[in-house]
Amino acid sequence: MTNDNWVPFNERPDWDDIEPVPQDDGPHPVVPISYTEHFREVMDYFRAILAKDERSLRALQLTAEVISLNSANYTVWHFRRLVLEALDYDLEEESIFLETIAEMNYKNYQFWQHRRWVAQKRASVAAPDELKYTEVVFNDDSKNYHAWSHRQWVLLNLGGWEGELEYCSKLLSQDIYNNSAWNQRYFVITKDPSRGGLQAMLESEVQYTLLAIRQAPSNESPWRYLRGLFKDDKLNLLTRNDVITVCLEQLAEEESSVHALNLLLDLMASGLVTGRGGEQCFRKPEGCKVISEGLNQGAASVTPQSHKRYVKGFYGRRCMNVD
Amino acid sequence: MTTFQLEKHVNYVKSLDKKSDFDSVVMEHLRMSGAYWGLTALDLMHSLNDMDGEEIAAWILKCQHDCGGFGGNIGHDPHILYTLSAVQILALFDKLSVVDADKIAKYISGLQREDGSFAGDEWGEIDTRFTYTAVSCLSLLKRLDSINVEKATDFLVRCRNFDGGFGCTPGAESHAGQIFCCVGALAILGALHHVDRDLLGWWLCERQVKAGGLNGRPEKLPDVCYSWWVLSSLIIIDRAHWISKEKLRDFILNCQDQDRGGISDAPDDAVDVFHTFFGVGGLSLLEYPGLKSIDPAYALPVDVIDRVFYGQKS
Repeated sequence: MTNDNWVPFNERPDWDDIEPVPQDDGPHPVVPISYTEHFREVMDYFRAILAKDERSLRALQLTAEVISLNSANYTVWHFRRLVLEALDYDLEEESIFLETIAEMNYKNYQFWQHRRWVAQKRASVAAPDELKYTEVVFNDDSKNYHAWSHRQWVLLNLGGWEGELEYCSKLLSQDIYNNSAWNQRYFVITKDPSRGGLQAMLESEVQYTLLAIRQAPSNESPWRYLRGLFKDDKLNLLTRNDVITVCLEQLAEEESSVHALNLLLDLMASGLVTGRGGEQCFRKPEGCKVISEGLNQGAASVTPQSHKRYVKGFYGRRCMNVD
Repeated sequence: MTTFQLEKHVNYVKSLDKKSDFDSVVMEHLRMSGAYWGLTALDLMHSLNDMDGEEIAAWILKCQHDCGGFGGNIGHDPHILYTLSAVQILALFDKLSVVDADKIAKYISGLQREDGSFAGDEWGEIDTRFTYTAVSCLSLLKRLDSINVEKATDFLVRCRNFDGGFGCTPGAESHAGQIFCCVGALAILGALHHVDRDLLGWWLCERQVKAGGLNGRPEKLPDVCYSWWVLSSLIIIDRAHWISKEKLRDFILNCQDQDRGGISDAPDDAVDVFHTFFGVGGLSLLEYPGLKSIDPAYALPVDVIDRVFYGQKS
């Protein structure tokens, strides 16, 4: 982690006014730290600058060094923002800095929070850059939780909804099992203000989803998505012959198709009378086995006594200051 | 069958005292959470008495700021995550009385936003992790009345997804870690009626892969930490019998370092204190012999929780 050209701070003339501050780990640390020399020196100078609250250009450069050594250190990111504000620093420059350290930080909370802070300050001009940036991350890791969270924040706060549904379709055409893309699809059809909400999107989405189910029946994501489309209108689902047909089709093909059984059973419990072979499915040995196992499991909760308190749910009042 | 190497794990956690590798360097800023993971694992393995609670409490107090919040170490900025870890460690040692509960409550309630959500610190990152942290911490301090509980609950409900799970913000993908935070917080708030137990239970039990381990989202690899996030949630909603406990137990046991102790994320990977805690915690939830029982919502031993809320000494 040490760069060959790295000059220790105690040999840098522009830092000779600073007295480094060592880390105080307390008397008998539980998880004590032994630091490499390079790391120790950088951190000692950082603590000194922090104690002085020096919001200068050299302090900004120092924070970049600390971040390069340990980008998960949240205090250094906080301080960097204070310095950026004090210097009224060019935020496009800051975006470029973030690009240079991006790759090693795809799963780092502080990195993403800082990125959001910069984007928020740059406001709507940042939207295309930010959306494009998350796409670069998805090329590498299409389920990166931070990047999806960032993308949703950008859409809600800075805009850029126009191509979002198509983008979801593109990702799903590359990997129909990508649950993050399914979730984003639901996000778009329910939250994009120009789309008119779930009802307006229902028909085309049902068709899209049934196609996906036929393509990969064991994929749990479209099955859940399908239920999601009827989340507030389960009775409507009972009247959907196309949905019921897909369930029966899948059961004819694979008798223990858990997703099809699950949905069909749920619909029957809600009053569905198939009359078209649905009951026969459950007379087949495989179907019966899955269902009876399910029912047995339902009857045999073995939650330990000490955990039962949540099943009953009586914590509330004890957590208040009522003594 | 592989057995649980209790003694080796105890020695591993204690040996973190003398470690000097890159991992310890990057842990500096979250030492408070590292201490919580290590000490809780030790307590579950009946070995907390080997640690000096007085000195640990003194160090914790040095990490507190005037605002009431705690940093991850001495000299680090306050953050809600480390504030909870500090309170949890003090609860382990029966030393909650050394802190000013009202002062901490003031810090945490100051992080609640108009929509009921919580920020992690003054910079305003919003995440249901922080709602859990606030709710757990304040309830341990018996100061839940210092926040708007109704709005906090509303925000959690807004983060509930069409698949029954929960994400970090409204509309974000369901993720087992976030589900634990939301379900745990709702359990503590006495608001589990907002959870569709069958729908969520179905999503959670699908997280068990053929090898027995649990993943955190569809099509992801299993990891020992999800033994905690998924199983604790299943227990809270009374659906733990929907997975194979035997297979999960064997998966965790196979992630042990048989020689030097400690538990890793997956078989044959390097061990760390985070996965050691979640592995031991998972086995405790599975009622593995020789371990203390752990509370699924607070992630602290049940006897500690009983002491906090009912004044029972263990």
